[in-house]
Amino acid sequence: MKLHLTPAPHVHSPQTTRALMGNVLLALAPCAVAGVVIFGAPALVLMAVSVLSAVAGEACWQRLTGQKVRVNDLSAAVTGLILGMNLSPRAPWWLAVVGGLFAVVLVKGLFGGLGDNFLNPALAARAFLLVSWPRYLTTWAAPLAADAVSGATPLANPSGYTLGQLFLGNIPGSIGEVCKAAVLVGFVILLCTKTITWHIPVSLTLSTLVFCGLLGYNPIAAVLSGGVLFASVFMATDYVTCPMSTKGQLVYGVGAGLLIALIRKFGLYPEGVTFAILLMNVATPLIDRYTKRRVYGYEKEAKA
Amino acid sequence: MDNRFVKGLLRDNPLLCLALGVCPALAVTTYAVNGLALGVITCCVLVCATLVSCLLGKVSSEKGQLALYMMVSAAFAAVADLIVKANFPELSAALGIFVPLTAVSSLVLSRAAFAVDNTPGEAVADVLGMGIGYLCAMTVVGVVRELLAHGSVFGAAILPGGIPSIALPAGGFLVLGVLMGVFKAIVGKKDEEEDAQA
Repeated sequence: MKLHLTPAPHVHSPQTTRALMGNVLLALAPCAVAGVVIFGAPALVLMAVSVLSAVAGEACWQRLTGQKVRVNDLSAAVTGLILGMNLSPRAPWWLAVVGGLFAVVLVKGLFGGLGDNFLNPALAARAFLLVSWPRYLTTWAAPLAADAVSGATPLANPSGYTLGQLFLGNIPGSIGEVCKAAVLVGFVILLCTKTITWHIPVSLTLSTLVFCGLLGYNPIAAVLSGGVLFASVFMATDYVTCPMSTKGQLVYGVGAGLLIALIRKFGLYPEGVTFAILLMNVATPLIDRYTKRRVYGYEKEAKA
Repeated sequence: MDNRFVKGLLRDNPLLCLALGVCPALAVTTYAVNGLALGVITCCVLVCATLVSCLLGKVSSEKGQLALYMMVSAAFAAVADLIVKANFPELSAALGIFVPLTAVSSLVLSRAAFAVDNTPGEAVADVLGMGIGYLCAMTVVGVVRELLAHGSVFGAAILPGGIPSIALPAGGFLVLGVLMGVFKAIVGKKDEEEDAQA
């Protein structure tokens, strides 16, 4: 008989990266469907190209650097899909290719792969695309149902849309973020499958609501316009780049909400979600350090 | 002597291994020609300043050596600035403040300690390696960034377009970081082979 000797803990969880990422893909499905319904075939093509380039890019990178090819864990597929959903449906297909490769090679691969990247790959790629080709990411297509050919997003033109339109997603915007109802369905799926906890999405959204309200926006419309809900559910909760403790996650969410409000009010770009979450990604090690939980049985260290 | 020279070129390459002189590198290497030009200027100032202060250092007190080195390199930087302004006004406009700033370059300062402790011959071999290593690195970073950002090399168009953000400082960090990694992978491998042979 062969004995398997390992140090504690001995409890195994059947949870695998693949299963968790599968849950995320499942939760993203309603948003993807809503995006295709609202914007038509170009949205589907963009998301497909983005997923393919992220997965192929990760496989090539791992092969070239002599690592085991682990694209089966679906993490690259999630990155690609989230990136695709962050693009304007009018964006050219090569933008999704560049973004997908940037995400998996420069942001993830170069820093050691899944678990060692200090930024959310999809968000970092979006920021890179936004800085490089701002016109492709900020030229919006109107929904198929609307009469207009293209228009400003609710962030640039706050009074042009009703709350109902904002909630159902009958507005110009990025593919995945516009339909808030679908985002909420995804949130419920992630909660029920215990893929994420409520702390980051709720604290981030409430914090955006409060700080945008304090800065003179209509708080409900501020949360329903732009990518706040989508980002708070799917991007801020990336395991690798958010704090580990509950307290840390609340700090992270509130901080991101504050930054979103400040960037919207004073920043160069109408939307601040991307940069706000990237900044909190960078602050995550610091938050983790200050919210470390006391290990059972140990006294808190006396201040020297 | 030649060993010191090669060291500055490869294993201790100032820009790609020691990360010295990064600020001007990020600022001016948006075009290859600017990177090359600032590399040449830095190299000249470095070699002249080291030679002169090494000779003067023998007659000055130990306390005054650093101040002496600063003054000599500032003098040569001023000379370089005037020469560039007089002969290459366009280049001067493109490089801006970074020509006079070679006086306080971290690269120039880091060699001071070595220069004052060694013979002029060794010191010059050291800074020649460092200077030419910096020059080459600046040119390589410039070529890669110009190609990626503008689709051209030394002004000759090669690709139809480019990635505009590579010309921004953030893009400079990206390119420099990747090139540092590639360079260290190549040079590090060579070092290991040499160590294995020895």
